[in-house]
Amino acid sequence: MQQKIVFKNVTRRFDLRDNTFVALDRFSLDVADGEFITVVGPSGCGKSTALNIAAGLLAPSDGEVLVDGHTVDGPGPERGMIFQQYALFPWLTVRENVEFGLRVKGEPAARRREKASYFIDLVGLGDFADALPKTLSGGMKQRCAIARAYAVDPSVLLMDEPFGALDALTRVQMQDQLLETWSRERRTVMFITHDVDEAVYLANRVIVMAARPGRLKEIITVDLPYPRTEEIRLSTEFTAIRNRVWHAVYHQ
Amino acid sequence: MNAPPKTARQPDRVAKARAPDFQGLGLNFVGLVAGIAVWWVLTASGAVGLPPPPDVARKFVDLVANGQLATDIVSSLARVLSGFLIGVILAIPVGFVMGWYKVARSLIEPYLQFFRMIPPLAIIPLAIVTMGIDETPKIFVIFLASFLASVVATYQGVISVDRTMINAARVLGAKDLTIFLRIVIPASTPFILVGVRIGLGSAWATLVAAELIAAQTGLGYRMQQAQLYYDLPTIFVSLIAIGILGLAMDRLLLAIERRLTVWQERA
Ligand SMILES: Nc1ncnc2c1ncn2[C@@H]1O[C@H](COP(=O)(O)OP(=O)(O)OP(=O)(O)O)[C@@H](O)[C@H]1O
Ligand SMILES: [Mg+2]
Repeated sequence: MQQKIVFKNVTRRFDLRDNTFVALDRFSLDVADGEFITVVGPSGCGKSTALNIAAGLLAPSDGEVLVDGHTVDGPGPERGMIFQQYALFPWLTVRENVEFGLRVKGEPAARRREKASYFIDLVGLGDFADALPKTLSGGMKQRCAIARAYAVDPSVLLMDEPFGALDALTRVQMQDQLLETWSRERRTVMFITHDVDEAVYLANRVIVMAARPGRLKEIITVDLPYPRTEEIRLSTEFTAIRNRVWHAVYHQ
Repeated sequence: MNAPPKTARQPDRVAKARAPDFQGLGLNFVGLVAGIAVWWVLTASGAVGLPPPPDVARKFVDLVANGQLATDIVSSLARVLSGFLIGVILAIPVGFVMGWYKVARSLIEPYLQFFRMIPPLAIIPLAIVTMGIDETPKIFVIFLASFLASVVATYQGVISVDRTMINAARVLGAKDLTIFLRIVIPASTPFILVGVRIGLGSAWATLVAAELIAAQTGLGYRMQQAQLYYDLPTIFVSLIAIGILGLAMDRLLLAIERRLTVWQERA
């Protein structure tokens, strides 16, 4: 498989008042096309920093990120991002939110509508297309954000703890729906989480990071078939991988 | 952001207006009637040297009949609205520029903070000397009052636009102009409207006071004249008119604000 995202010795420093802080230290990683990787690590280990650099929202101090062989130097339509706080535009309806990126692209109204409808249905919000975000639950808001990201047809999805604010049950439903969506609309996904179970359940590979300075610690391959089911979640193989990831994260 | 509700309500694009609260309205009315009764009893018994309600009502009828009240209201409203509109129309672009460009903010902010500390009325002597005694100085101080309130609110609104929302727009491909038009403006609208309402309140207060000092028409002028002749009913009629007009304008702006910000999550 060809490489979709390549982190090449990416370092990011922040200037503090009296010293500089290394948030990310020579981080290198290859992500294959269509791969689903999850990133875990203690708070402050540079997960968001790495993701924001890949998104083009933050510039690296050293090194570079390549997407499809091109150096990232700003946000681009081939990279969609989903935020923990949903970041929906509250004055727009679900449909208008999903159409936002298409409108920016200058797509004609009929095409916008058609695409938006497709993705709204894909995430199961068909009955709420004309609702304002304030009338949606947290899970529904996040599904709207996912539809909005998908609508501009990015080949890469960057997700920063997208389910972090959801309750346990909604979270599991969102994981299943995300995998279902991913199996139908295959994208390369880089997904940050604090939840080791979630990391293993979703991923082809789990990237474990360490703090001070933020760096890559270990890559654990999840050799479990898709579609992932409740059965897999309860299997001994799953538990074994989960324990390995747990150990890597919490015994640093 | 507020905690998301666990269950979703039915989709409603425009939130339905809440049913009128009849019990609350009833109590408002009872309170009003009771207040007038107390006023009546106190004045009729001679406990306080104020005119009783019937005198004020009679004066009100007179002033309506001879057209004086209408003339005063029209000239007061004309002043307040022209000053207020110029103030708001100038304040919004200035506020946006200040919020968007740090350089502009640093250049303008000291003036803003300084003039905010001067009560607009204190400008009147200077305005009269430099602008004469016609309408200009009055409109100018009202302009200043509403401009200062609205400009601060606008730029506070712009700088408090959620960064994540701007980033979300950027990753969807939006460039600066689109972000400004489609994100910054709508996101700061609630702030601006609050500022505009405060601006109108302070414009109205400033106007009446300005008319007390220098005017030949208007509700403030009428009270000032009435004071010379110890004409308390006229003062009462003017005061009540000032209160009611201020309340009406505030409610109108509140209704507009509610309409433009139905999308906001309210506690
Ligand atoms: N703008 C900034 N200025 C200074 N320091 C920063 C800035 N952004 C991030 N940092 C620091 O860089 C480190 C890594 O931050 P980052 O947000 O990437 O962590 P994270 O792994 O995403 O943590 P969390 O799991 O808590 O979200 C943190 O210690 C943080 O304090
Ligand atoms: Mg983070």
